[in-house]
Amino acid sequence: MSVYHYLTVSAILFALGTYGVLTRRNAIVIFMCIELMLNSVNLTFIALSRHLNSLDGQIFVFFVMTVAAAEAAVGLALMIAFFRNRETIDVDQINLLKW
Amino acid sequence: METIFFYLVALVTVVSGYLVVRCQSPVNSGLALVNTFFCLAIFYVMLYAPFMAAIQVIVYAGAIMVLILFVIMLLNLGTEARKRYTHGVVWAAIASLLVLLNLVFFVKRGRVTGAEGDITSSLIMTEGHTELIGKALYTDFLLPFEIASVLLLVAIVGAVVLAKKDV
Repeated sequence: MSVYHYLTVSAILFALGTYGVLTRRNAIVIFMCIELMLNSVNLTFIALSRHLNSLDGQIFVFFVMTVAAAEAAVGLALMIAFFRNRETIDVDQINLLKW
Repeated sequence: METIFFYLVALVTVVSGYLVVRCQSPVNSGLALVNTFFCLAIFYVMLYAPFMAAIQVIVYAGAIMVLILFVIMLLNLGTEARKRYTHGVVWAAIASLLVLLNLVFFVKRGRVTGAEGDITSSLIMTEGHTELIGKALYTDFLLPFEIASVLLLVAIVGAVVLAKKDV
């Protein structure tokens, strides 16, 4: 399989993740869609690093996973804190910073 | 054979990615996301990156998704599943379609070039993928590795502080 097939799958997943982030109202589902986008980028990194016979892209995927884990911990703690205050995590209700 | 397998896995990946976006209940979305992670792990194995496939399953499908499912359970979100669960579908569909067209245009019309390395698939087979990753991490990428550990420490402390009732 050529690298272009993997890049196309990754592009489809990224677009799906964009659609989810823009449409969903539940903050945790938005979070999962962001994880989907991060994973599609990881697939791009690994496909390109395999194509170019290099290992640097895979090291980068390692760091993306680290950042995703940190993001998961902090983001879910934020959601718990918000739920404790407002009894909801609907992003339509989280509008204090909206203009 | 490999082509058929690729298209099969790609189909499952895209369908479960679609389910992540469309499922009404967050738990169903989470399970579909686990399915997507497993399919991506299969892709990593097909790309001669078995270590990446292993940490994809262990870290993403194991740790992060269990964390997310625990939070869904703690917040008891199943009760508000009946309500309207999307907003701005039309504009979001247009925007994400534009993103998709843009990406597919560049993938189809572009040509992948770059500095070729010396990590061929035969070297990965003889030397071992984990050994190669470990060597790269502890020689060329030592400083980012240490910074990543500091980042994880900060994330742990931050999560505890944020989730506590009163600091």
